[in-house]
Order: sequence, then structure tokens, then C-alpha cells
Amino acid sequence: MTLADKDRIFTNLYGFQPWGIAHAMKRGDWADTKALMAQGQDAIIQKVKDSGLRGRGGAGFPTGMKWSFMPKESKDGRPSFLVVNADESEPGSCKDREIIRHDPHKLIEGALIAGYAMRARAAYIYIRGEYIREAEVLFAAVEEAYAKGFIGKNACGSGYDFDVFVHRGGGAYICGEETAMIESLEGKKGQPRLKPPFPAGVGLYGCPTTVNNVESIAVVPTILRRGADWFAGIGRPNNTGTKLFQIAGHVNAPCVVEEAMSIPFRELIDTQCGGIRGGWDNLLAVIPGGSSVPLVPAEQIIDAPMDFVGLKELKSGLGTAAVIVMDKSTDIVRAIARISYFYKHESCGQCTPCREGTGWMWRVMERLVTGDAEPHEVDLLLEVTTQVEGHTICALGDAAAWPIQGLIRHFRPEIEKRIAKRRGFVAVPGLAEAAE
Amino acid sequence: MPKLTVDGIEVEVPAGATVMQACEAAGKEIPRFCYHERLSIAGNCRMCLVEVSPGPPKPQASCALPAAEGQVIVTESAKVKKAREGVMEFLLINHPLDCPICDQGGECDLQDQAMAYGKGYSRFDENKRAVTEKHMGPLIKTVMTRCIHCTRCVRFSEEVAGVEEIGALYRGENMQITSYLEQAVSSELSANVIDLCPVGALTSKPTAFHYRPWELTRNDSIDVMDAVGASTTIHSRTAEVIRITPRLNDDVNEEWVTDTGRFCADGLKERRLDRPWVRSGGELKPATWAQAFAAVQAALKGVDPKDIVAVAGDLCAVEDLVAAKDLLTGLGVTRLECRTDGAAYEGPPAHWRFNTTIAGLEQADVILLVGCDPRLDAPLVNSRIRKAVRRGGAVVFRIGAGSDPSYPLTELGDDLALLAKLPGELMERLTAAQRPAVLVGSRNASPQVLAAVHKLTPHLVKDGWNGFNILHDRASRVGAMTTGWAGEGLEAFAASRPKLMVLLGVDEVALAPFGGATKIYVGSHGDRGAAVADIILPAAAWAEKPGTWVNMEGRVQRALRAVFPPGDAREDWTIYRALADVLGIRLPYDTLEQLRARIAAEWPELGAEGLVPAAWEKASIKAGKPEGASVPRPTDFYSSNPILRASPTMRACVAEILEGRRPALLEAAE
Repeated sequence: MTLADKDRIFTNLYGFQPWGIAHAMKRGDWADTKALMAQGQDAIIQKVKDSGLRGRGGAGFPTGMKWSFMPKESKDGRPSFLVVNADESEPGSCKDREIIRHDPHKLIEGALIAGYAMRARAAYIYIRGEYIREAEVLFAAVEEAYAKGFIGKNACGSGYDFDVFVHRGGGAYICGEETAMIESLEGKKGQPRLKPPFPAGVGLYGCPTTVNNVESIAVVPTILRRGADWFAGIGRPNNTGTKLFQIAGHVNAPCVVEEAMSIPFRELIDTQCGGIRGGWDNLLAVIPGGSSVPLVPAEQIIDAPMDFVGLKELKSGLGTAAVIVMDKSTDIVRAIARISYFYKHESCGQCTPCREGTGWMWRVMERLVTGDAEPHEVDLLLEVTTQVEGHTICALGDAAAWPIQGLIRHFRPEIEKRIAKRRGFVAVPGLAEAAE
Repeated sequence: MPKLTVDGIEVEVPAGATVMQACEAAGKEIPRFCYHERLSIAGNCRMCLVEVSPGPPKPQASCALPAAEGQVIVTESAKVKKAREGVMEFLLINHPLDCPICDQGGECDLQDQAMAYGKGYSRFDENKRAVTEKHMGPLIKTVMTRCIHCTRCVRFSEEVAGVEEIGALYRGENMQITSYLEQAVSSELSANVIDLCPVGALTSKPTAFHYRPWELTRNDSIDVMDAVGASTTIHSRTAEVIRITPRLNDDVNEEWVTDTGRFCADGLKERRLDRPWVRSGGELKPATWAQAFAAVQAALKGVDPKDIVAVAGDLCAVEDLVAAKDLLTGLGVTRLECRTDGAAYEGPPAHWRFNTTIAGLEQADVILLVGCDPRLDAPLVNSRIRKAVRRGGAVVFRIGAGSDPSYPLTELGDDLALLAKLPGELMERLTAAQRPAVLVGSRNASPQVLAAVHKLTPHLVKDGWNGFNILHDRASRVGAMTTGWAGEGLEAFAASRPKLMVLLGVDEVALAPFGGATKIYVGSHGDRGAAVADIILPAAAWAEKPGTWVNMEGRVQRALRAVFPPGDAREDWTIYRALADVLGIRLPYDTLEQLRARIAAEWPELGAEGLVPAAWEKASIKAGKPEGASVPRPTDFYSSNPILRASPTMRACVAEILEGRRPALLEAAE
């Protein structure tokens, strides 16, 4: 079930060839883009719908449907915009970075086609501030595309005017949230907006806007070239296509790899990462979709399909497919405490539960690491997470709550053991050594 | 008109209403901190959560959610209660809970709602956050550890006050509200953030630690620091006015009040005239009322009434003006004047009123400012213009000079000659406009300017719309105009070399040209007028007497007495009533009610509170063409009358906000 080389979309993922436009064209990018656009806007959207492509930024919203929310014509003269979310900041995620630095023309061509399909006047690519070299590549690639006439006035000879602007972020995680990104693009403090109104109605500069992940946009030209059926034929229904998995942690060969959706976890690790460090018996837990999804313990994940539905059944999620593998040497409580710190640090501070709750959760987590807590505080922490979850403006509150919920769900005995040890109630053999 | 169900109650709300408004229509109280009717919706406190179906399974912020047909709202379920209790707990974990030493205590939204949704104990075992104080100027005291980050102050300063000077720094739990570079907030409306702040983070600096709200007696009053006549509440304790807060009045001040109107109260305690004074041997000497009245009698002896003039000052109530006028009429005096700024308007009321009305100005589409500075002359009118610009897309032009008004406007130049020949663009817009408005500054309402503006009235006055406005900046002016205090003008008075002058709290006029006249000053403060007076009769300030004021629109408003005048000072009308007896004139009223009845008999529109619109009458004023620069504001914003000049708080504002001197304490800390 491993993805065949002929089915790979990102053929220069590892940078074995230069990223420049000449080589990109040899790889098939910008090949008769005009003909792709000539299919018509609704046909493009329909094909993307047929392909079953779901957003690659984490939430998995069907991309074609998202595009179809955009107005077909402007009734009041407002233009529409496409915003490409390249603010890849989720701990564990590093796929957009590979696309941008080795295959930027896939993204730019995708932006043109997607923008054309949703009748956007321009695309804004919001790239993470820390991606300095990547931003340089992207700026240069956009220049190349302008020089060739692929974007700009009469893009690719299609008669459609389309501009691509690259905007560098300032390094805030929250600016990866679509409405916070729009605020940031407008020059304001990156804080999520209230929805409704949704960006498709009132977005960037008050105009209809769609925000898409880099990967979602970059796969579109290939989907149109090879057909929606081809893409829909990979993976399980409702979880179709290829996906960039980013495997990090305690595997023998961490990597970013394009694989078929729904590939079983064991197969993914064995074929692409050289197996778990110390063998499968040494696997403790996996965070399958970037830091914001709950962890899944070894026994549940080993044979699970890596896709939206399969991981949801495990009360986790595919997220950005940033797979963080942890073997038994991991201090799992400390790992989650570090994630809690990240969310406390990156909360924008706008709404109450997240602003106050992330700090509280992190502080309790830090004490749980050493067991310096009362036994009832585990339940307290769990309740605090539920008080944050679902009560905030954006999903950062949920993202801060879920890892802790996952930890308590699966590793509660470990936490309680530490508390008991610290309070001196029971001696736990080996724990003191492990702590050292 | 969507119909929806709130806790089983069916309600119908106007299109565009929010779920919160629907809940209120159903009589359900929704707790909130960040939501405020007059500010944009932030939705960040998360206190107003309700269950909504159809919709996501999680509770929704009702303040931000549009009400839709067929929605079913639940506000009283266990889930909603739990959600709100959760938010309340989060708000409290980093709140210092220093209510016993907090000035907001007793009128704190957080305190109140903690009674309903608080736990009564804390589950938070960690250290609480502390935030350094932020300097926001001489009016706003900050205790930022108490801040719950509702951003009402940020939104107010940006949206209503029009100065982007308050904002949030940092993010997450380190987010802090501060003013730009910790400078004083420069808006004339800045102190409204004190009322807006739902907790004790922003409180009143001048009255810090002076009172508890439950110790104060509240009396409805009217702000007389400008001619807007904002509705206020005067809070007093025993004989002292402690603070002044705005009162809801959508027609006039919405729920704001200017910084002067709010903080003038300490001016009531300084430089007061608390006994009569009589000048003898070139020096003012204290006197009794009997001696003072005798001095008046002596001064009047042998003076032809034609040689007597009377001038009304800026703070007089209608009752004062009428009683004084009755007394003067009894003496045969007919030469009265109130237009101390040299304005020349006269005739029917519509010619000297703010005819669009203050609230109506929001509907204007083209606004021309002539020789006025609304931001300083009437900040609350300025905020309405700002609203017209921001919400209605109004276009503003200005002939004359003035401060940055906080909205975009086209400066045509400080040359009144432009009025006679308006630039083409403006003329086109005025002609095309549905609801054009011209605001003429009272101090620039010369015959020439008025003649030029009256020529524009075919464009300004239409069915249901009158765009001819005089922008007054003196509280007593329209009341005095109504009661017949317009005469031949101060210049003519001076030229006729009167022998005796009666000054009703006149402090803004250069009295040197009247050098030869004996001056009787009736007023409350030892200011410019009292300094040159020969006989001083101490009177009550506005907070110390029940009175009627007519604002620039012609709106009749009544204020209650909050405290009593100090020492021997008396309510103005009683002074004239008593003096009349001494002079052998009979004034036919012994009580305020009788006086008011007498006023209502002659001027029925003054008999009841409210606004009676004035009918427009065409005027043809014979005057030359206006020319030259406009007359600038005579004083800065914080010193425009004797009460403000006496106020230590206002002096601090001048020092810091206008002169840029930072308080010594702050400098020492740096």
C-alpha cells in the first residue's frame, strides 16, 4: 500500500534538484497551466471536490467545498482574495517548509489555479517569520513566475490577472489561525476574529477571502493534471490522496515523506523510518498530528490507519500529520508539560479561558512532572481543560486542552504514581533512577 | 424580523440583532464584561455563553452571534451555568481580589457577577500574576493587576474618542493594557474609560481612595462646562461634591461626559466667594449682605437707568437670568447682553440654535465647520461628527483653524472670505447632499459670517431637515437668548461709557473698556470678574442650586441641587429677590416654583423639560462680505470657565496633557 513513485506529487521534496523555474518546469510544473484554467472555474472546483481533497492544515475541511463558499461574482465591487497559510508553526510540522524550499513553483501554480477558481484577485502567501531561507526562495520563485508571465497581468496567457504577494510573519503561532492571519496581514495584532462573519464573506480588508494551507494549494495542479479519480483512488473514502507525513522522535530515520493517506502506522514507520528505536516493543506513545492532538498509546496506534477518520476513532486526529513518536525512554508527563508551555506562550491573550487557562494548566502540569501535587489535582486539571475546550474564540484553547486530556486519559496511573512517590506513600522501584 | 425561542419564550427581534439582545428581549439577564452597546463587539470575555441550536454543540458567545429565524436558545441550563462558572473562575484566578482597597468596590461588574457565578473559594494554587502600573495621565488611575482584558477602553479610545492611544501589549497571560508609551491619553473624553472599565483597573485618579460608592448621595444634574448639556449625576457626601458621572441620554451625550464635566468638581472648593465684598478705598473688603445691599443701593442712586448695562455670564441658569432681568426691568434697565464672545445672531430661535440636533448630526452627509473647533468646543458633538464620518460616510470640510478633529476632513483654509465664494467641490457636495449641515462657531458668528451662511440656507433647510447650526460653547447662552438677553452688543455698551454694570458671573470678557463703570458682580468664583468688581454678591455654582439650562439645541433640561453653596453664598435668584425688596421693587415670586411658573408664563417652551424644535424663518442679513482669519478659541480646553480654572485637577491636565510636563513622581521613578 506504500505509495508508488509514479504517484508522488512532490517530486523534489528532498531538494535533489534545484528549485528554480527551469527545473520545476522539467518536473512538470507550469505545464500548460492555461489549459487547466481553461476548464473553467466551476469545473476546477468540482474536480477538487471530486478528488476528496481535505484541507492539509489540520482541520481537514473539504477544500473544494471551502472554495465554493466564495462569491461567484462581486455584487459590491469588493475583490476576493486567496490567503495561503505558510505560517507553519505547529510543533512537529515541517512539511510546508520542504515544499517551499524545494518545490515553490507547485505552490505558486496552485495559488494561481485556486485563486482563479475562487475568482480571487490576488494571493497572499503568509510565511512564518522564522523561515528566512524559505522566504528568500519563495520571493525569488515569485519573481521568476512574474518574469515568465505565469502570474501577474494575463497570467499564463489565460486573460486572467492574478498577483501573488509574499508576506513574512513575525513569528507568532496564533497567526496560523486563519482570521488571526488576516488581522496580521492587515497590520494589526494577530488575534483571531469572531466568526461569523466567516472569511468567505468578510475576510482580508473586509473582502471575501479563503485561507488554505500550503499543501492543500500545492497539490491542486497535479490533481487537475492527473484527474480527480486518480487522487480519490489513493487512500480510503473520505480520506483520499497523498499526504506529507513528518515523522519525528524516536524512530531510526526521522523524515518528511509523501505517502498514501490511510497508510497503517506500522507500515509507515517500517518502510519510511527504519522502525522504532529499540523495536516496536519499545514504543510508548505517538502524537499523530502535531502537538495539538491528543497522544495515542502504542497498543492503539500500531495498526491504526493514518487518516482523519482512523485517528478520530482513537480520540486523536490527523492534524498536519506531524507524527511525534515517543519510545519508553520518554518522560511522557514532561513532554506534555512542555507542550502546555508552548500553548501558554502562544496564547494571544484575547479571550479569557485560553489566556488564563493555558497558564494554569501549564503550571499544574509542571508540578505533575515532579509529582508535587495533591491527588485531586489530576481531576482538577482535567476539569480545567474542559473549561477551556470549546469556550474560546479560536481553536487554540482546544489545542491546549487536548494534549493534557490525552495524557490523563492514557497515562493517569503514571501521574498518580509520581504524586504518591513524592508524598512518600509508596516506594516505586526504579522511578528515582529513571528521574535521574 | 427573526423569531426565536429563548428558554421557551418566543421573541421577535429586529433583523441584525444579536442573540444577546434576543435574550434581553425575553427578559433574560446575560452576564457580560466585554460587551458594550456603544462599542464594537469583541466577544473576548466569554461570559455571555448560551446554548444555541441549530449550531455547534459547544456554547456560543451570545453577544457576537446574530439572531436567526427559528433558533432555540437556552440560557439557564446546567451546561451554560457551568460554562459561565468556568469563565468566572478563570477571570478570578489572576485577579487580585483586593476589593477592600479597590475604588471600584461596590460598583464592580466582576464583584457583582462573582456573586452569581463565583465559586466562593479558589482552586488556583499557583502564584497570581502581577502587572506594573501604567501611567495614563492625571485623570486615570491604573491598577493593571485587576485588568480582565475586556478591551472596552481600547475600543472606546479608538472608536468613540478617536485617539488610538490605548492598546494591548504582549500576548497570552502577559497581555497588558497600556497607553501609548505611557503618555497621558490626550482625548477630551478619555476619562469615560473609568466608567467603562468593568473592574477596578481604571479608576478616577483625582478621587482615588476618597469615597465608597454607597456613601454618596446622587442627584441628577446637567454638565455646564460646555453647551452640550450632558446629563450627569452628581455624587456628593455631606457638603462636598465627590464625583460626577454621566447619565444615559441618547439625545445628548449617549452615556459619555467630557473630562471637564467629570472632573470640574474640585473647582467648587477653591477660590470660592463665600461672603459679600465691597470695594472701599480701592480695596475689596469683606461685608455683610446688608452692607453689600446698602452699597448697591448707594451705587444706584442718581444713576440714569440708561447708563446701566447688564451682562450675563456663561454658567447662569434660566432662573438666575429671569430673576435678574425682572429686577433690572423694575429699575428701568433695558440694556442686557449675553453674547460675550461677540456673536451677532439674533431674531427667531432657529437662527441661534443647533438645529440638526446633536443626535441628528449623525445623519448628516456633508458637514461644513465654520470657525469652530468641535473637538474642544463640544467634544460630544465632535464624537457625533466622527460617527457620521465612520458609519455614514459623511464628508467634512472646515473653514477656519482648530485642533485635529480625529476624523478626516478637508481643510479649506483659515480665511472667512471663502464663505462668500465656496470652493467648487464643496458647493457641488452641498447642493447634492441630502442632509447637509453647517456648524458656525459662536465666537465667529459675526454679521458678515451669518449673512454668508444664511445665503446657503436654501441648501441647508429642507423638509424635515435643518442643517443650520450655531455651535455654542457656553452653557447659559441659549437660555439667555431665549429670555431676551440679546442687546446692542458689548462694543456698543463700552462705547456708551455706562456708569454701572451688573455682571452675572462674567469672567471671559475683557472689562478694561468699562473702566469708568461701577461693577456689581454676582457669581461663585473669585476669578477675573470679581477681581475688578466693586461690589461682589456671592452666588451658588451650578451644582449648588436647582436650575434650568437650555443646551445648544434648545433642549430644556433641569438639574437638581447636589450640595449647598459655601458660607454666605446664596442661590442667585434669591439674591435678586432680596435685593429687589431693598430697592423697593416687588418681584412676584417667593419660591422657585413660583419663579418657574412666571418663566413658563412668558416662555412656555421653558416650562417643561425637552426640546421644542424651532421653526425656520428666512432671514436677510445686511452685512458685508466676511474676511480675514477666524477668531480662535480664547482658552484651552481645560480652563474655559472659573470653575475649571479653580480646579487643581484641570491645572494638572494643562500641565501634563497640554504642556507636556510629566508629573514629578514619574520623573523621579525614571
